[in-house]
Amino acid sequence: MNTLATRSGIVPEPIARQPWEMLIPLMLLTAFGGLVLYSAGGGAMQPFALSHFIRFGVFAVMTAIIASLPRDAVRLLTYPSYLLVLLLLLAVEIVGQVGGGSQRWLEAGPIRIQPSEIMKPAVVLAMARFYETLPAGMIGSWRSVVPSGMLIVLPISLVLLQPDLGTSVAIAFGGVVVMFLAGLPLWWFLTAGGLGIAALPLIYFFALHDYQRARVTTFLDPESDPLGAGYHIAQSKIAIGSGGLFGKGFNNGTQSHLNYLPEPHTDFVFASMAEEWGLMGGLFVLAMYALILKWGWKVAAQSQDRFCALLAAGATATIFFYIAINLLMVMGMAPAKGIPLPWMSHGGSSMMTNMICIGLLMMVNRWNREAPRRGLTI
Amino acid sequence: MKIPFLQGAPQKAAKMINASILRATFDRRAVVIGAVQGGIGVMLALRLGYLSVAENEKYRLQSESNRVNLTLIPPRRGWILDRDGAPLASNRADFRVDLIPERLVDAEGTIDRLGELLSLEPARIADIKDKVATSRGFAPVEVASGLRYEDFAALSVRLPDLPGVVPQRGFSRFYPTASSVGHLIGYVGPASAEEYEKEPNPLLITPGYKIGKDGLEKQFEKDLRGVPGARRVEVTAGGRIVRDLETREDIQGQPVRLTIDGPLQDYAARRIGLESGSVVVMDCRSGDLLCMASMPSFDPNSFSDGIGGVEYAMLRDDERVPLRNKVLKGLYPPGSTVKPMVSMALMQAGVDPNETVYCGGGLRVGNRVFGCWNRRGHGAVDMAKGIYQSCDVYFYAMAQRVGMDPIAAMARRCGLGQEFPLPVISQFFGTVPDPAWKMKKWGREWQTFDTVNATIGQGYMLSSPLQLAVMASRLATGRHVMPRLTLNTKPQGFDKIDFSAEQVAYVQKAMSDVVNGPGTAGRARLPIEGVQMAGKTGTAQVVSLSISNGKSGPWKYRDHGLFVFFAPYDNPRYAGAVVIEHGGGSGAAYPIARDVMTFLFDPAKGLEALNALEAGWGGTAQQRLERRYAAYAAERGATVSRPPRRDEEIFDRVEAEARRAATQTDAIAGEVIAPRPEANPSATPPGAGAVDPAPVPAPASAPAPAGPPSPVAPGTNP
Repeated sequence: MNTLATRSGIVPEPIARQPWEMLIPLMLLTAFGGLVLYSAGGGAMQPFALSHFIRFGVFAVMTAIIASLPRDAVRLLTYPSYLLVLLLLLAVEIVGQVGGGSQRWLEAGPIRIQPSEIMKPAVVLAMARFYETLPAGMIGSWRSVVPSGMLIVLPISLVLLQPDLGTSVAIAFGGVVVMFLAGLPLWWFLTAGGLGIAALPLIYFFALHDYQRARVTTFLDPESDPLGAGYHIAQSKIAIGSGGLFGKGFNNGTQSHLNYLPEPHTDFVFASMAEEWGLMGGLFVLAMYALILKWGWKVAAQSQDRFCALLAAGATATIFFYIAINLLMVMGMAPAKGIPLPWMSHGGSSMMTNMICIGLLMMVNRWNREAPRRGLTI
Repeated sequence: MKIPFLQGAPQKAAKMINASILRATFDRRAVVIGAVQGGIGVMLALRLGYLSVAENEKYRLQSESNRVNLTLIPPRRGWILDRDGAPLASNRADFRVDLIPERLVDAEGTIDRLGELLSLEPARIADIKDKVATSRGFAPVEVASGLRYEDFAALSVRLPDLPGVVPQRGFSRFYPTASSVGHLIGYVGPASAEEYEKEPNPLLITPGYKIGKDGLEKQFEKDLRGVPGARRVEVTAGGRIVRDLETREDIQGQPVRLTIDGPLQDYAARRIGLESGSVVVMDCRSGDLLCMASMPSFDPNSFSDGIGGVEYAMLRDDERVPLRNKVLKGLYPPGSTVKPMVSMALMQAGVDPNETVYCGGGLRVGNRVFGCWNRRGHGAVDMAKGIYQSCDVYFYAMAQRVGMDPIAAMARRCGLGQEFPLPVISQFFGTVPDPAWKMKKWGREWQTFDTVNATIGQGYMLSSPLQLAVMASRLATGRHVMPRLTLNTKPQGFDKIDFSAEQVAYVQKAMSDVVNGPGTAGRARLPIEGVQMAGKTGTAQVVSLSISNGKSGPWKYRDHGLFVFFAPYDNPRYAGAVVIEHGGGSGAAYPIARDVMTFLFDPAKGLEALNALEAGWGGTAQQRLERRYAAYAAERGATVSRPPRRDEEIFDRVEAEARRAATQTDAIAGEVIAPRPEANPSATPPGAGAVDPAPVPAPASAPAPAGPPSPVAPGTNP
């Protein structure tokens, strides 16, 4: 599992045993992200690149702490932490109600926490813990789905109230992937999927806000409103397409520098990057993500027990969700949605979520290494 | 892959599920999810490749068109110069503000705010609102030009709150002599929707760009336009200019050099004074049109942003039709000014000029008696006396002898009823009647009295002041002089000799006697040593005697006053015509010709005379126009109706009215004209009180009523 550890005797063991096959792509990606943010910030470390690197540093420490947590403590703290995050979500609602108007975060001094972000790994953790404790024989009965369903529905309903459709879907995605992997009957998913598709028109007409509806219509027909809602995606495609094979060169992006590209440092950071670095830069980013996700699945596959496997897979799926939705959006294949690109976009909340996921994966990886899988026992 | 999947299917649910089965399910499903993720990854890579390779060109183009903003720099318009190179139309740098209606968010509010910032008059604000409401969205509407720098700066800083407002530095058209050249030069204005449709050139909808709308400005549009420059700038999405990429300077349009003598044109226009009329002066040696003044006129400077509602109403209400170019589109019965031409026809038909006709004050033709203007008769009249005393009976008698056809042919040869190859938008060619024409037009036989009427320039005969001037120069030189308006065309017609030198000399002498001898226009004598002007007076009756006596009463029923002339009489250099509409008789016309010719030979003396007159009239033509406008705006400003949206509509209307006005005399064409004592220097020149405050010579200097004309020296030249 760890190639470096066996190969080199020069590198000290504690360093050598780290999962470099994931860490190196991750750091390259973050560094590359910093470079793009440097350009998006008008060719300066401020205001984006520097804080990007600082955040990565801070969250790397957090990741290391998470990675070092003992298995029993995690098992013990899973539900309480889920509950805590749920309470924080509730607090957001209350503060929002009191303060008037909707908001998505809580403020504590200089730190601004967005509980809905933390909820993504928290749901995955809680679900993994639930299916670990669920007796194997109960899979397929109502008891295998109702409690876990509640674990998903509760936070989602609170997040939807904010309202934040994107995060709700992200939470649901993580949870559902865990359910799927936990072995629930396939036809349940097929039926739910079918019902979901059937309900889409109803959701479109009755549940969505006007601005959300506009995003969907724009996605389906981008030419309908080139200066309104479709503007963002059109400009993003222009940025990516005009980059060509090798891009316009570092700091030479016109779409981002002249403000044609909206949010060149957050949601549309990939377009910013592709404009300056071209297809090659894009393929590099995709390759880095592929390596990270591949490692995530490897950790899941090597897990000795159900909790670890489900947790690792759920964390990987959560990271994947961010990447996929963001990239689909910037390339004009999904509606404009406020979801940032992990480790490249400027923004603390998504960085934290993804670093928590990485931390959880590294934690599982460490447990795997310390106690290798033993045959068929749990 | 499908079979293992179905293990979770309901029919097999009864099977005992244990941990290892769940683990196997997990592994299987993890592979599926991983594959789906990998698939999405591959799809993303392909999409990325498609966008950046296959569609690269398209998006690169779009990115460039985002980044680069191309603004046209309107070319500076070519100047219109007079014969000496002095500008009649030039450009001056100014600050201006335009509106792009389709970019306005709150049109009313923005215009009100602009009005406040630039302190515009309420009438102007109403005009702008009207134009914005009716214009097409993309065509710029001018708010103001010639702004002071302070106003311009004050506006520029407020731009972020005023979307759709475009302030810029540019050039605007400037006509130094303003209304004097209004009809001749025309004016410029923003292209109309129709013009843009006809020529979909982005230049036409560039804010601040004007095209020629009338007159020479329109006629020479191609030459004057020039080549626009372009400025490529890099702009942000918000429209802020980051840097200049490239600037290509505009190429100014070609100048157009006219044959017009600018100072003379201005002088003549001003000299017309309170009257409504036109002055044409030609150079007989080249056919150069030195002056084509038509007054009252409009100020082309104030038309540059379109014709304002108040201004249009004022010009339209005026019965002296300031919008009509009377040089080209005024048609008048030429009256007695045709007599030298008729004399030429008689000589060519073999009439001996020394043969006399006895004038007893009238001539019986059939059962009708045609009177001479001088009821007491001129006695024995030969051709010269017929001209200088304007004896009608002589021409009645002689014309009957030769018939109408040679006279009509001569009229055409002299330019009447003709169009000239001039660069003008349109010119009226009037009427030279003959039997064939009358039959075709009216379906009636030509009558003797038609000939009689035609020989004294009445009846159906109609001509424009330009034609009269051409006639004067052809009679003066004996050559087929063609008028020309631009210096780059060749003088024409000088190789074609129309009349023999003897005949020309005879007519020259007779016409000189009109002014310098015992003639009808003694007060037209030039106050210049050694230069003698020759001429011929004319008074054209416009309505039946039963309606008006032609001298008093309603302005529009008064007689037209005409005068054709050339000078020096024995070696003609200049020729021309003056026509004063409803001036009450030729006495309104020839003092103007005298002053204009004086100015041509001695500008100081000419100006002296004009200054004295203008003191009485209340300023120059331009000053009076401005005062009238202010008074009109104050009085009627709030109640004017909207001007036509298209300038073309205005022109069409003006032209239609000009045609209708020309038919005014049709009503009396069939009547026997009782010639007015128009050319009688013994009478107070009609309307002279208003026209010419110079002391009127005593009537005592009249020629003797009968018998041989006394060698009168009718008054002294003022």
